[in-house]
Amino acid sequence: MSEARDFRVVGTRPIRPDGVDKVTGRANFGADFSLPGMLYAQVLRSPHAHARIVSIDTKKAAKMPGVFAVVTGADFPRVGSEEITGGEGAGDYRDLATNIMARDKALYHGHAVAAVAAVSPAVAADALAAIKVKYKVLTPVMDLDAAMADDATLIDETLFTAGLPEKPAKPSNVAAVMEMKRGDVEKGFAQADVVVEGTYRTPTVHQGYIEPHACVATINQGGQATVWCCTQGHFDVRSASAKVLGMNVSDIRVIPSEIGGGFGGKTTIYGEPVAILLSKKSGRPIKLVMTRDEVFRASGPASATKCVVKIGAKRDGTITAMSAWLGYEAGAFKGSSMAPGAMCIFAPYNVPNFLIRGHDVLVNKPKVAAYRAPGAPQSMYACESLLDELARKLDIDPIDLRMKNAVEEGCQAAYGPKFNAIGFKQCLEAAKRHPNYTKALGPGEGRGVAAGFWFNAGMQSSAEIHINEDGTVTVIEGNPDIGGSRASMALMAAEELGVPYERVRVQVADTESAGYTNVTGGSRVTFATGMAVIHAARDIIAQCKQRAAATWGVDAEMVDWQDGKVIPKPGVNAELKPLTLADIAKGSPRTGGPLLGRASLNARGAGAGFSVNMAHVKVDTETGKVDVLGFTAIQDAGKAIHPSYVEGQMQGGAVQGLGWALNEEYVYNADGVMQNAGFLDYRMPVASDMPMIDTQIIEVANPTHPYGVRGVGEVPIVAPLAAAANAVRDATGVRIHDLPLSPPRVLEALDAARS
Amino acid sequence: MSRIHVDTTINGVATEFLCEPQQSLLEVLREELKLTGTKEGCATGDCGACSVTVDGRLVCSCLVLGAEAQGRKIGTVEGIADGDKLHPIQQKFLEHAALQCGICTPGLMVATKALLDANPDPTEEEIRYYLAGNLCRCTGYDKIIRAVQDAAQTMRGA
Repeated sequence: MSEARDFRVVGTRPIRPDGVDKVTGRANFGADFSLPGMLYAQVLRSPHAHARIVSIDTKKAAKMPGVFAVVTGADFPRVGSEEITGGEGAGDYRDLATNIMARDKALYHGHAVAAVAAVSPAVAADALAAIKVKYKVLTPVMDLDAAMADDATLIDETLFTAGLPEKPAKPSNVAAVMEMKRGDVEKGFAQADVVVEGTYRTPTVHQGYIEPHACVATINQGGQATVWCCTQGHFDVRSASAKVLGMNVSDIRVIPSEIGGGFGGKTTIYGEPVAILLSKKSGRPIKLVMTRDEVFRASGPASATKCVVKIGAKRDGTITAMSAWLGYEAGAFKGSSMAPGAMCIFAPYNVPNFLIRGHDVLVNKPKVAAYRAPGAPQSMYACESLLDELARKLDIDPIDLRMKNAVEEGCQAAYGPKFNAIGFKQCLEAAKRHPNYTKALGPGEGRGVAAGFWFNAGMQSSAEIHINEDGTVTVIEGNPDIGGSRASMALMAAEELGVPYERVRVQVADTESAGYTNVTGGSRVTFATGMAVIHAARDIIAQCKQRAAATWGVDAEMVDWQDGKVIPKPGVNAELKPLTLADIAKGSPRTGGPLLGRASLNARGAGAGFSVNMAHVKVDTETGKVDVLGFTAIQDAGKAIHPSYVEGQMQGGAVQGLGWALNEEYVYNADGVMQNAGFLDYRMPVASDMPMIDTQIIEVANPTHPYGVRGVGEVPIVAPLAAAANAVRDATGVRIHDLPLSPPRVLEALDAARS
Repeated sequence: MSRIHVDTTINGVATEFLCEPQQSLLEVLREELKLTGTKEGCATGDCGACSVTVDGRLVCSCLVLGAEAQGRKIGTVEGIADGDKLHPIQQKFLEHAALQCGICTPGLMVATKALLDANPDPTEEEIRYYLAGNLCRCTGYDKIIRAVQDAAQTMRGA
């Protein structure tokens, strides 16, 4: 349970333990590792979005000087259908294997069909050019409407819609449907004084991590493999690679490098099994690094969506009913973020009647991967935009409208459980009071408000704490540090053990050196792994008390832990001097050996995260360009362990969400070929596009964490989409339903409104 | 294909290497010289993770051929610190938590130093435009800009 307490170091802003290596270029990222004798791998990718693979001829390539191995789908074992659990996205191991290397069909432009290993990248590229693949080109299915049409070309002829009461008669591109409801939605709409409805679309977007996927793999003649790679979860790389290659988990060791961004996109695998197989065939270590083009075309972007939302309310703003039809593109294999999108869409509101229908739909695009609060930004963009329209129709302040319907502790969430302590109303109050909310607007300017929500995850974590012989502390954990989590772990260990922060060092250890730990994702690390670190520290404290008591010859109940020392309880023996962690460490050979604290847990009760965002924009009515003049992010963090990195999550998520809102999209041609697979044309926000991002951290303690922590990493990206769209609506008087609000789209809407 | 012999200076140290004619300076730094502090994010000059200086001028090393380093002075992230002392830019990035994953940080070190060498007292707008070629997907730029402002102030006072 969370304790009301004064913190000594938690809540301060020390320099992260891995910082110096990252500002000096010493830190090793995915592509920075090399081994003697290493070969370079490259992947041949389908030039068609949808095609049957008739034949692959690799003979010429395999004979080229400097080429050591060639693999195709035929070299991989057949993998049976089995649901992937523990990651952040939905999926099936059979599909994962087929995504890594195509077998019978190429299902998107860029789908891997073969790979080579050669002495240099140049030789590997020549070898790829020598591989002859015969395709029978099929019609590409490139969006939801086309995929769901009655006469749609089928991407998988064996796919029958799941989630229906009975198995349908015919196969379909709709992989699954789901329905969630409460009350009687028709009755609810009948009770409403005002009903609003809208259809909103969001495009395929990419997480845009700056570091491409990269790995080095080697396997010996005994079948034992070692993989160095950039990943959000090396234990998942291990389990997924073992499934895809039919290996034992214990025969794969995965060593995580530093990771150059992921945002959910590095919770799955692409090159690792390919590199292992090439190593097996060649007998040499293999390096496989994606190009940026490959990252766009062949890693996992986020679902494009279509959301039809309807809201009914009384004149005073009380919502009587909400309904949503949600379509989420899964890419070439089932398993979009439709379910979390459906679960989040109405989560902030206490509504008596709702109906949500979700659809997981195949298209000939790369299989989607998790992207920061997967599914929530899209559905909540639709709902929060429509709420803005409702507020206008009712002439109610948009924050007041949300406040009137906001969930609080004890409310039954739309997705099931009862909320414990949550901070949504506190965020709304803070937004209403914030000076930016009433700041005067100039000509052409507008302000938009929106709320964000994400469940946050708990899941499995392990931690070990070693007390070194000089009393310094080493924390061993298994979550790649993607945004400063080593600092948070060190702060929590230092807090618990009563030692200075600088005496604690944190190691992110490999799969053979740390206890099993789920991915760095789901905003779970500071919450769940932090909890494991706190528990491991408490294990150390218990041992210290025992050892001190034994040293003093008193019962363990007669001693206390206070400020990093064991002290005798009052009245025990005033002569006994307190023993510090360093004293006990020094004496440990005499008291039972090294001090080693451990914890492993499956953390429950990740506190739900809420945010309220305000965007301040200016729209150039001549060009359609939207400039963000100000942005305010308010979010409940439960307890901010290192406030700078909490603010960093809020600011980074805001700008990523603004990119999604204003500019980012996959542009496809009629053949299903992405036209903008580079950072020049897939236009992510740059420094000169953005203002400073104001933040306000709200702290409503999460009662299930010892320090009150709730996850903060994902919520920040949820609200900016609608906040920006509502601001553009405010500035122009025109509601544009489809993202991104790029200059051509805004200009078109303004021209239509003007004519 | 015969390899090209190149004499150059990297971070003040006379250096020679052999490279393929088509190899970029980025590839040479990382693969031949094992200076992996310089990162590849795109290899098309759009992300700035591979920023280095050539005779003091800020460039994307993925757009420069290794052979072009002949007779030039190359500056990389490995040369920013002064021995065992961090450069004020490095120190301020750490203090302001201006990095999250850290992959763009080496490029930003080099680009920021080039900016402040040329303009010791830039406005916020000047910083934002100068660093517009260095993509950061984690921070939203806020803390980066503040770190650069603070570093500039420190360097002016030094």
